[in-house]
Amino acid sequence: MSRPMLSVNGLSVDFPELGRTVQAVRGCDLEVGEGEIMGLVGESGSGKSVTAMACLGLVPPPGQVRGEIVLDGFQVVGRKESELTRVRGELAAMIFQNPGKALNPFFTVGRQIADVLKHHRAINDHAAREIVLGAFRTVHLPDPDITFEKYPHQLSGGQLQRAMIAMALTCEPKLLIADEPTTALDVTIQAQVVVLLRELAATRGLSILFITHDLGVIAALCDRVAVMYAGTVVEQGPVADVLGRPLHPYTAKLLDSVPKLGMGKAELTAIPGQVPDMGSLPPGCAFQPRCERASEQCRQHDPVARSFGGGRLAACFHVEDAPELGDDRVA
Amino acid sequence: MTAIGDEFKRTPVSEPSLALVVRHFVTSHVLFVVGAVVFTVIVICALFAPWVATHDPIAIVFADKLEPPSLDHLMGTDSLGRDIFSRVMFGARTSLMVGVVVTGLAILIGLPIGLLSGYFGGRVDTVLMRFSDVFLAFPPLLLPIAITAALGSGLINAMFALAVSWFPWYARIMRGSVIRVKNELYISAARAMGVSHTRTMIRHVVPNALTPVVVQGSMDFGYTILAAASLSFIGIGAQPPRMEWGLMAALSRSKFLDFWWTVTFPGLAIFVTVLAVNLLGDGIRDMLDPKHKEFR
Repeated sequence: MSRPMLSVNGLSVDFPELGRTVQAVRGCDLEVGEGEIMGLVGESGSGKSVTAMACLGLVPPPGQVRGEIVLDGFQVVGRKESELTRVRGELAAMIFQNPGKALNPFFTVGRQIADVLKHHRAINDHAAREIVLGAFRTVHLPDPDITFEKYPHQLSGGQLQRAMIAMALTCEPKLLIADEPTTALDVTIQAQVVVLLRELAATRGLSILFITHDLGVIAALCDRVAVMYAGTVVEQGPVADVLGRPLHPYTAKLLDSVPKLGMGKAELTAIPGQVPDMGSLPPGCAFQPRCERASEQCRQHDPVARSFGGGRLAACFHVEDAPELGDDRVA
Repeated sequence: MTAIGDEFKRTPVSEPSLALVVRHFVTSHVLFVVGAVVFTVIVICALFAPWVATHDPIAIVFADKLEPPSLDHLMGTDSLGRDIFSRVMFGARTSLMVGVVVTGLAILIGLPIGLLSGYFGGRVDTVLMRFSDVFLAFPPLLLPIAITAALGSGLINAMFALAVSWFPWYARIMRGSVIRVKNELYISAARAMGVSHTRTMIRHVVPNALTPVVVQGSMDFGYTILAAASLSFIGIGAQPPRMEWGLMAALSRSKFLDFWWTVTFPGLAIFVTVLAVNLLGDGIRDMLDPKHKEFR
């Protein structure tokens, strides 16, 4: 793998509540290389979004962040607000799940993107406008001149997400954090956004941390994938390997719960039980109460991620017990 | 710059004529237009009072005292023989000034308090809100009366007292509005693009949180006129010879039963102004909804 653009080591985020602490993220390790698209999958509440926010130093109070986040050589954790402000947008930018709500309804799309640009660079209105129009062309927005003058509510979801990506790109960040950018879009638009992101990674060397719970999008877009469960990465590795031959029982279960074409109604399986309460985790492995491979060891100790060669990591005591899986499991 | 996308150009539609646009606006905002017209008339009366007035408003003519409304004296005369119509016209100046100054001052104090309080929350919120609550702990008109009593009677002190007792409402409205807006995704998006707290507040929070304040402000514009008139009525607001509607009503109240016009017309002026301003406020609220911006 090339030089890491983002490297997260032992990240934990705690939210103190009355009488207890909610551990949103506990010991998360991640690396995204230059020009690499890293997928981050997990159920709601597994700590994906909090990890993303932490990368920009945006964990809301009273959240406490510990560990190490290095963005292109810049240590994020523990920085002052004024230093972080400079980094956001310049080193890493973020796009969100709901593009319709991620733009200020009070200003035209073009004006607010130009505004961000002027905030970071000493340039005049005209130069800013030219750069924004250029960014609109990069993301293939039709009629940049017209779109520039539109209010967010006058654009469609797909156009808005393109505009958001354009905004994220204006300051030429090295890393794009995409927090479920396709979830709220139609499948056809979803595919367009995926193609666009892949194009940007290939042509600009943009690194992307792509957060989603959609394994289909991961398979189509990402180079590598990390699977999160209860605030920690339980498995990571190249996409084809992880989705094709999952090592961790949670990944396997997650793949089984994806409906596929041609599948009988009875074949769809759900993972029994539910995501644990992050304020009171079960003893040992967090997945143990829902896992069919769970042993006494799992109930006693929390497994640490082990390497299995080929860039694959998994945090499970019973990887070797995994039933042999066919390649038809690739989503 | 044309505002119509290419996708709509396939079927060419002629630009609607100005008359049509105006008619559409008037029919869809009837009450607003009524309020705006009445309010404009009042503002014109206030600005051009010396020309609108038929008599010298402070000229005392005992021969004409307590005349009923007639063509010469449109609203009759008071106990000193002064023309009530002219006095009402000049009184509009005082009332409008009171509305602007009191509402403006109250917003000027309350808005930053509510903004900081709602945006930062936590301890900042507690301190600022408890400070505002002190002023809310008194019955509505008692605090201005107490403050005016302490500072001395007079219109300036009364206006200051009203603003001080009014600002906590703006702080509270702004705080609630800011809390709603600050959880919007575009605030997170702005922060994620490296926009500082100060700039986020000014560019993104304030414009989107302002609507309730503007609406409340335009409503309160009427109520402050009313409150100032009340203070003048009980004798601690405007002092003679200043012309103020509340004061005019107060000075004539002993004669009200026999000479109805002495109190009715100043009272009616207050009523019409407050009503017009409220209609205006309602209309502004409807139009400030960003989804109705096509009218701009």
